[in-house]
Amino acid sequence: MTANVPPLPDQPRDERGPVFREPWEAQAFAMTLKLYEGGYFTWSEWAAALASEIAAAKARGEADLGDTYYQHWLAALEKIATAKKLVLDTDLRKRRAAWEKAARRTPHGHPIVLSPED
Amino acid sequence: MSKHRHTEPPSDLVLRVKALESLLLEKGLVDAAALDILIDTYENKVGPRNGAKVVARAWADPAYKTRLLADATTAIAEFGFVGRQGEDMLVVENTPGIHNLTVCTLCSCYPWPVLGLPPVWYKAAPYRSRAVHDPRGVLREFGLELPEDVEIRVWDSTAELRYLVLPERPTGTESFSEDELASLVTRDAMIGVAKATAPDGTAGANT
Repeated sequence: MTANVPPLPDQPRDERGPVFREPWEAQAFAMTLKLYEGGYFTWSEWAAALASEIAAAKARGEADLGDTYYQHWLAALEKIATAKKLVLDTDLRKRRAAWEKAARRTPHGHPIVLSPED
Repeated sequence: MSKHRHTEPPSDLVLRVKALESLLLEKGLVDAAALDILIDTYENKVGPRNGAKVVARAWADPAYKTRLLADATTAIAEFGFVGRQGEDMLVVENTPGIHNLTVCTLCSCYPWPVLGLPPVWYKAAPYRSRAVHDPRGVLREFGLELPEDVEIRVWDSTAELRYLVLPERPTGTESFSEDELASLVTRDAMIGVAKATAPDGTAGANT
């Protein structure tokens, strides 16, 4: 299913493909792949966006790729999605706050859903 | 049933992923079902092997099993498998008379340091409500028919406490090494919707 994308440098993987430590990492990975498959950016554009995030992190002195790889991945995905005008940066920030508000008021065991006042 | 409130809000990273995902879905730029299918292909990777090592050692080493049942968080940490938010683990043991099943609707309430990514069906609302009200029926759908005299215990995970089922060790495995034992332990067996695989490869047969 994902065999057609070339491997990225430093991406955590085993003999069968990418590996993830937390569910959100796989979600970020899956969104990236689906946007690429939808033709919203090319794989080389994506690889460049990710490399630039990692390089910026290294320049800030954060070089631990094992722990932070998908944090850079997510930052790169947000940037490429806004640069390609798929989403607006302001919408991303508003929506993040809405999910946080929804999570705080949701008792355990119930699905977290957004409501109009979020 | 737990009455826990969500004291721990999701992390910044989880919220940002949620924000981006919900916007992309609304705009129709990605398809929810296609995302689920893709994530599903990775859910069995890496994590469940961690849990399988824990189970195999409990089967092979009675002293470890005692430690695991008494304080799972510490015993699992012996392998270096530690949750990010410091959540506690409780291991519940299957016996000939008791079968344990774990549920939770929120993917944050899944012991992914030992089980990897939660399967899509585990996160689905129907699984949780039906697992609580009709566990025997849910298990039957997974192909696990339990005798009427087996008690089924359903454990609802919380943000602070997550469960791992210790399946029964299959018979005919007395000479197995820990690695061989671990190969019989599936993710579904540690959630409680299946038994450990028998040495001949058949699922669920424990006798």
